[in-house]
Amino acid sequence: MNPKAISVEALTKRFGSFTAVDAITFDVAQGEIFGFLGANGAGKTTAMRMLCGLSFPTSGKATVAGFDLYKQAEKIKQRIGYMSQKFSLYEDLTVRENIRFYGGIYGLSDAAIKAKTQDMLTGLHMQSEANTLVRSLPLGWRQKLSFSVSLVHDPNIVFLDEPTGGVDPITRREFWMLIYEAAHRGTTVFVTTHYMDEAEYCNRVSIMVDGRVDALGSPQELKTRFSAEDMGEVFLKLARKAQRGDE
Amino acid sequence: MRQFLFFVKKEFLHVLRDPRTMFILFAMPVMQILIFGFALTNEVKNTRIGILDNSRDEASAQLIARLEASRYFDIVTQVDKNENLEATFRKGEVKLVVVIPPSFQESLFHRNDAAVQLVADATDPNTANTLANYATAIIMDYQQDLRNQLKLPYSINTELRMLYNPQLKGSYNFVPGVMAMVLMLVCAMMTSISIVKEREIGTMEVILVSPIVPLRVIIAKMVPYFMLSAGNIASILLLSVYVLDVPIQGSLLLLVSECLLFTITALYLGLLISTIAASQQIAMLISLMGLFLPTIMLSGFMFPVENMPVPLQVISNIVPSKWFYYLVRSIMIKGLGFEHVWKETLILEGMMVFLLVVSIRKFKFRLE
Repeated sequence: MNPKAISVEALTKRFGSFTAVDAITFDVAQGEIFGFLGANGAGKTTAMRMLCGLSFPTSGKATVAGFDLYKQAEKIKQRIGYMSQKFSLYEDLTVRENIRFYGGIYGLSDAAIKAKTQDMLTGLHMQSEANTLVRSLPLGWRQKLSFSVSLVHDPNIVFLDEPTGGVDPITRREFWMLIYEAAHRGTTVFVTTHYMDEAEYCNRVSIMVDGRVDALGSPQELKTRFSAEDMGEVFLKLARKAQRGDE
Repeated sequence: MRQFLFFVKKEFLHVLRDPRTMFILFAMPVMQILIFGFALTNEVKNTRIGILDNSRDEASAQLIARLEASRYFDIVTQVDKNENLEATFRKGEVKLVVVIPPSFQESLFHRNDAAVQLVADATDPNTANTLANYATAIIMDYQQDLRNQLKLPYSINTELRMLYNPQLKGSYNFVPGVMAMVLMLVCAMMTSISIVKEREIGTMEVILVSPIVPLRVIIAKMVPYFMLSAGNIASILLLSVYVLDVPIQGSLLLLVSECLLFTITALYLGLLISTIAASQQIAMLISLMGLFLPTIMLSGFMFPVENMPVPLQVISNIVPSKWFYYLVRSIMIKGLGFEHVWKETLILEGMMVFLLVVSIRKFKFRLE
């Protein structure tokens, strides 16, 4: 068994003459909360999409959950969860139906889906909302539910693409409590974010600039290396050298 | 398979929870059939006409009795003199006036130069034409009978038979057309919108990350619309047979098979649209402009293809609705068997396969 949840070596993605992701190399350990930072257009979404199997790499090597990204994509899919930048639940289905659907497409048995639904509703204190349409839930609740749903099949790794966009600070804190719980149970969390306070919560962070990983380490290490007060300063010092503008 | 069923179930929930979708699926076909069948008909039935009888003899009375007896016309007014003719039309009482000249019987039997004038309200030229034709037919018919009684040695009998649609009913034309329209709308438009919607709200990404095979996602998206279309086909056929009195002359099995073939073609068209449309609005626009309009304009449903300019005739060949419309008309109204329509069926099948290949390729491409 590979102790590394994700292992990436010289992974590259080109769109024509444009190199979106330029030979990035890093490892993520099992159970780690790995923050994946970068300005807009730095290439972090493209990198993450490759690891999730949504985009095919141009070159380089990668294993996810111990499986080869090129040859064992189907095995990887069983073992990862994904929460997209956009909201990933169906608004015209109820909370219970959403859980059932995602449990179903991951091949869970009826009994497992039932048990999961109970766990989730209890964990999120949403028992009374089980039959409410997702549309009528407040944004923060939806976001938390969406995260729990991405864990419905107990994946080894969960990819979160800017999961807290547009959410108020209190809900963001609650959301991070859920992330900690999941990491505590052994799930590896791979998260992109624009909030530098969230970067502080991660075990390790990488910062992408112009398609390359320019810095990698624990928040403490990075702050020391760049002699910065907080992660925001680290980020600014790195991002200022960027040649590329917004996407 | 289990995953697939979960997906189909979810799709059904989407359909059932959206009132607009439900309306398009169930109310619209019925409404269209009834509107086209009853309101928008150009057939002649109990049309109000007037008579200006300047002759008032036996022959004119016989002719008037014939007009009166036909189910096409109701004589509602007798115009007393020529000067009042226009006033009758101005009041909008009648659409047609039959003017019988003085000494009608005399000229009919002896001078052999009898003439009847038909004055029609041509504000609506098509109706005017149709009415004049009907009235002429009745008058000719009367003349024919007279000739037979008198045993004139030289006479040419012309007998007009309207094949396949003896009563010249508009609904014979509309039923196949409405069927093409409804299936296009339900299958192509709704499918494309529902796929684009998943992409727009971001759930498509999550589904593509999951282990479910993309092809199954596509099929699962089509299944509910396919089943609902089958329901629509049934309700349209039932309505046309029992409400509009349009019989199914040919084989029901063949007819239904052709309908299902067209349904699948339309589903693939929807899939293809979903691969090019960036948003639900664009998908809807492409469906309306690219599918719905050609179905109405180029299938021969509103305007006969033979009368179109040559370039449009050529274009009409790539409109699947044209072939479907032809097939339904041939099977349902003319009662033709498969041996007469296999060529058109083959064309439609070819289109279906082509669309499938193109759209699957494009769809896969979008995932990279």
